[in-house]
Amino acid sequence: MIESAPTPYYLVLSAVLFSIGALGFCIRKNPLVMFMCVEIMLNAANLSFVAFARHLNVIDGQVIALFIMAIAAAEVVVGLGIIVAIFRLRDSIDVDEVNVLRG
Amino acid sequence: MTTWVTLALALPLLGFLYCALFGWRVGRAASGVAASAAVGASFGAALAVAAGVSVLPESERFVTITIASWLTAGSFIAPIAFLVDPLSTVMLLVVTGVGSLIHVYATGYMRDHHGHLDLGYNRFFAFLNLFVFSMLVLVLANNFVLLMVGWGGVGVCSYFLIAFWFDKPENARAGSKAFIVNAIGDVGLLLACFLIFWTFRKVDFDGVFREVAAGQGSGAMTNIALLLLIAAAAKSAQFPLHVWLPDAMAGPTPVSALIHAATMVTAGVYLIARTHPIYEHAPLAMAAVASIGAVTAFFAATIALTQTNLKRVVAYSTLSQLGYMFVGVGVGAFGASIFHLMTHAFFKAVLFLGAGIVIHHLAGQEDMRQMGGLRSRLPVVYWCFAIAAAANAGFPLLSGFFSKDEIVSAAFLSPHGSAILGGSLLLTSALTGIYMFRAVSLTFHGTSNAHSHTGDHGVAGSMLWPVLLLTVLAVVGGFPYAQFGKFLHPSLTHWGGHPVEVANPVGSIAIASGIVSIAGIAVGLWLYAGDRAIPRRLGRSLGGLAETVRAGYYIDAFYGAVLLAPVRVIALISSGPVDNFLIGGFVSLFPAFARWMGSEFRHTFQTGYVRHYAAAIFAGAALIAIFFVYRIGI
Repeated sequence: MIESAPTPYYLVLSAVLFSIGALGFCIRKNPLVMFMCVEIMLNAANLSFVAFARHLNVIDGQVIALFIMAIAAAEVVVGLGIIVAIFRLRDSIDVDEVNVLRG
Repeated sequence: MTTWVTLALALPLLGFLYCALFGWRVGRAASGVAASAAVGASFGAALAVAAGVSVLPESERFVTITIASWLTAGSFIAPIAFLVDPLSTVMLLVVTGVGSLIHVYATGYMRDHHGHLDLGYNRFFAFLNLFVFSMLVLVLANNFVLLMVGWGGVGVCSYFLIAFWFDKPENARAGSKAFIVNAIGDVGLLLACFLIFWTFRKVDFDGVFREVAAGQGSGAMTNIALLLLIAAAAKSAQFPLHVWLPDAMAGPTPVSALIHAATMVTAGVYLIARTHPIYEHAPLAMAAVASIGAVTAFFAATIALTQTNLKRVVAYSTLSQLGYMFVGVGVGAFGASIFHLMTHAFFKAVLFLGAGIVIHHLAGQEDMRQMGGLRSRLPVVYWCFAIAAAANAGFPLLSGFFSKDEIVSAAFLSPHGSAILGGSLLLTSALTGIYMFRAVSLTFHGTSNAHSHTGDHGVAGSMLWPVLLLTVLAVVGGFPYAQFGKFLHPSLTHWGGHPVEVANPVGSIAIASGIVSIAGIAVGLWLYAGDRAIPRRLGRSLGGLAETVRAGYYIDAFYGAVLLAPVRVIALISSGPVDNFLIGGFVSLFPAFARWMGSEFRHTFQTGYVRHYAAAIFAGAALIAIFFVYRIGI
């Protein structure tokens, strides 16, 4: 069996991926790219789960990773539906124009 | 027996439900008929109960009828159960008998001269029936807890009916006053029940009285008896808790007759007679009962001498007669008191109902100074009223004479009695004759004050017949005194009681009280039937004293200054500084916060950009992460 990298490496990678996702979500205007950032964050969490599952030699983390993938798929369906609806309404998908909640 | 008792109780309750739920829909006149029929049929059932009791052997005249279990917690067992014994049978007959006649009377009284029904006609009969039901629960209950249910029920019905014409503020105030004073008595009864359960670990009459007879709990006896006395004094309007009864005359006259003369106000006397085994072990409480009764009897009679409102004279007379009953139970003559309770129900009902016909005839005029000369217009009512007044004054061979004589004799001769008690009652008897015939003279004799008359109206038969029947009872009701005493005797000896029984209407005391009462009546007629020059002169020369008595010795004013004024000050402080500034100021911080959230906060933080919200979420997550790192020390 090939010797794999120690757990902290995976956690650091997970943290880096999450930060990239979070930053991208905050600074990009294109909702499709923002979606990709959300997916990056979800997968960063997945990576942590799987890494801990292997480190502790339990199966729970891997199961949760599967759940997260299913939820992510569902979330994309809803999110893309909303984006299409907004596009039909406004002929634009610039998120900064969707600001009716402004106080 | 079970069937009859259940019927006697259920019929007024059904009548109440009918009047309350359907009375306004079916035709309101039907309410009066239904309510009267319900109480009348209940009286029929009561007669059957009485017949059933009297055929039993003397020692077995104590039938317990359990309808349902109600409160059960360990040794605390209070079922819905009724005790049928001679005492409760007598009360059952008085309440339903007098009650049904007054119901019939009220079907006529609650109309105006054109026959139009009062606006609250069905409401009136609903409450009247509910009252009869509550009163029956009170007198039939076999334990203290169920008794308290009836006790509270009659109190609240009394409140509803005093304040029946609540569109006048003074009527509503009179109702509240009665309710509040009665609440003092309710507290007394509640505490007495607590103490009884604490001492004996049970609340049913039979069980408690058996333990009392066996000498248990002698340490608590005086306290229980004094607490019960508070309850009885409030309900029976005895000094110093009498202040509500004169004001209770604000209610319609049938209510005054039924609740505030014949039945509810006698509940206090019934309570003491029912708990006589406790009182017989508490001589101090007995003395207190007798003293309160004697004081009330005398001072109410003096006030009755000075009143100008016809109903208030009769109300103070009720106070005075209740005082007699209290003296009776206070000296151990429980049977005599219950007998007086019954005869008093007869003649006082006639007095009130007669007064009601006069008031109805004069379209609401209650001031005796505006009356006079009604003898020729209402001859039948005049004679009924005069006979009942004579019975009230103890005129020989009328019902009041026998019952009052038993009490006066007991006050002199009983081991608990004294010459002072008996003498004060004799003096009160003389006053009774004077004030009763002052009222008769002012109302019916002399010249008619024609300007106050609204025209000639016949008296409706529904109002006249009950009065005539009750007058017959007021005349002959006293003769079976010996049989009455014999019938009641088992109730008063069953639990080891030693009632004082002085039933001797031809003794020297009887002759003395007969002479005193005739003298009182004669003086009353002499002073007031003629030109009334002597009372006017007397009133002028006694000026201040007469005014003091007329104002009820300023007891109301005293309570106002000593009890009400401090409460008003506290209320003013609570409503002003405390409520407006302290509590109100604190509460108004919350809307201020909400307003800030809705203005400055909203403008600053609700930008509408998704990125800002996301950044806030990340910042929050980061803060939580930092917190855990430092807190748990990872």
